[in-house]
Amino acid sequence: MNSNNLLEIKNLKKYFNLRSGLLFQRGSEIVKAVNDISFNIKEGETFGLVGESGCGKSTTVRVILRLTPPTGGSAIYNGENLFDLSSQEMFRRRREMQIIFQDPYASLSPRMTIGDIISEPLEIHEIGDKKSRMKRVKELLDTVGLNPEHINRYPHEFSGGQRQRVGVARALALTPKLLLCDEPVSALDVSVQAQILNLLADLQKEFNLTYLFIAHDLSVVKHVSDRIGVMYLGKIVEVADSVELYEKPLHPYTMGLLSAIPIPDPEMERKRKRMVLKGDVPSPINPPSGCSFHPRCPYAQDICKEKEPPLINYSKNGREHLAACHFAGKLD
Amino acid sequence: MSVDTNNKVLEVKNLKTYFFTDEGIVKAVDGVSFDLKFGETLGIVGETGSGKSVTALSILRLIQQPPGKIVDGEIIFDSKDLLKLNNNELRSYRGNKISMIFQDPMTSLNPVYTIGNQIMESLILHQKLDKKSAQKEAIKLLEMVGIAEAERRLSSYPHEFSGGMRQRVMIAMAIANQPDILIADEPTTALDVTIQAQILELIEELKYKTNSSIILITHDLGVVAKYAKRVMVMYAGRAVEYSTVDNIYYRAMHPYTMGLMNSITRLDKSKKSRLKPIEGSPPSLIDLPGGCTFKDRCVYSREECGRGIPPLVEVEDGHFVACFRVKEILKELGRT
Repeated sequence: MNSNNLLEIKNLKKYFNLRSGLLFQRGSEIVKAVNDISFNIKEGETFGLVGESGCGKSTTVRVILRLTPPTGGSAIYNGENLFDLSSQEMFRRRREMQIIFQDPYASLSPRMTIGDIISEPLEIHEIGDKKSRMKRVKELLDTVGLNPEHINRYPHEFSGGQRQRVGVARALALTPKLLLCDEPVSALDVSVQAQILNLLADLQKEFNLTYLFIAHDLSVVKHVSDRIGVMYLGKIVEVADSVELYEKPLHPYTMGLLSAIPIPDPEMERKRKRMVLKGDVPSPINPPSGCSFHPRCPYAQDICKEKEPPLINYSKNGREHLAACHFAGKLD
Repeated sequence: MSVDTNNKVLEVKNLKTYFFTDEGIVKAVDGVSFDLKFGETLGIVGETGSGKSVTALSILRLIQQPPGKIVDGEIIFDSKDLLKLNNNELRSYRGNKISMIFQDPMTSLNPVYTIGNQIMESLILHQKLDKKSAQKEAIKLLEMVGIAEAERRLSSYPHEFSGGMRQRVMIAMAIANQPDILIADEPTTALDVTIQAQILELIEELKYKTNSSIILITHDLGVVAKYAKRVMVMYAGRAVEYSTVDNIYYRAMHPYTMGLMNSITRLDKSKKSRLKPIEGSPPSLIDLPGGCTFKDRCVYSREECGRGIPPLVEVEDGHFVACFRVKEILKELGRT
């Protein structure tokens, strides 16, 4: 076990029961939203989780924070399993782990001033008195690049980017160690996206934060992350250093994902060969047998339909490069 | 065919579309001019509220009135000004010679009609086909857009399709009458990246098959780099730069375009390269600042930028820029 891991996720599972119909229950179906995933996050690093809608990346975040109960597995934070804690202990632990949500429009209460929004976590955790809290809120506003004089304004008076800064300030209020960022920039325009990404990078340096960064946009994830995990249908199919993942992807899904993202450079796009993945993402209710990617995989063989490939290390340089593919390293 | 001598299939001149709201007049599109050449893909890029979608909707006069109104301009197609046609005349163009692919395939199909019904509707209306031959044609179209078991799928409802497949159906409807112009308004924004790649490749392939020209509207600069031949960059209801894709990406002249290029995250760049965002956020379209609408966020702005609206002028051959200070800026950057 590595001692500088801040968070270790082991065999995490989250299943949802789907019941069809109230009177005539035709047996319950199970959605395996997160299906036995493991990864760890080192202190001070940014770990990115990327995948398409429905791959289970947001559920992973919610389960780690116990916003929804896990079905199985463990989340070891600083040596203790978060899933074993009583709800009171978990409540205290949440001071160290905060979340930034995707939608800066829906995640701020329209009836509260931004001062109240940012000081709410301090109030809930009974930190300081009213005066010291307001002082802290003003500091936080300054930290995230907002004018502290705007403390009494309401969210609707701010633009999307400014609102997301409020969301960041709220997450920082309790001086957390771990920030879980769930698609923090996907609702923003590119010119504003860059402002928030830079802010997150600055804050990480200043406060030695550890990030779990979730997004569907691989170019954003690659920009912010030290290491990246790629998810497909509730599983992690590849984990690698972000540069290595881009340069030497091992899993065909990662290759397809990388190739699907156009690079804003016309000359490069003209030269680039594209691998367009066929078909749709299958339903997680009834995932394909064996490797769940096999129906879309251009390299699929018989074994892929029968046997699920384990996530194993293929790295030769001592750094971790995990992939779950029977033919990892043999594709070209 | 509507190919005239200088190869333009569509010409938009000084288009102004305003929305008259309780809070004031929103100048969503304020004097935009461009043309579409035969067989090309023209990209229109811009951020939320830049007026790119309203421009597209204005071409087909799909602006809801009130509150919206096209207050000025000309849209020349087939030697006619589409803005002067009556509703009946316009209907013979809409969905026929000019058709549109909308952003959200979840909401732009009618949930209570079968896929077949919706595709056949425009065939029966425009090509005056009888039901049987329309059905045959619809099957052909579904096959063209890559839907398996097309014949059986005709009787499916939209909810039985995935997002990507619905967008394929939308495309089948759009190309049903072999349009001269296809307007694709953020056709893949609602879709996952691997599906986005499929749909964009399909649109590109069909462009050749149907001999059409495309207006591709998107906020994704990667998509534009890959598919567009020429690009118009919009900001706060106006075109700020308009040229070939290479000029826009490698020799951008407007400070907004330059800023945009510096603020995108790129797959081929590493974490160490810090983004250079454009400070501030886009202005409200209700009380736009006088003068250049970008001046409050522009690192090069001077007092003179507040005096009047900068016109879109041809700075170099085929490279149009709307900036008072473009020559000085280029000199400052050592690019002249």
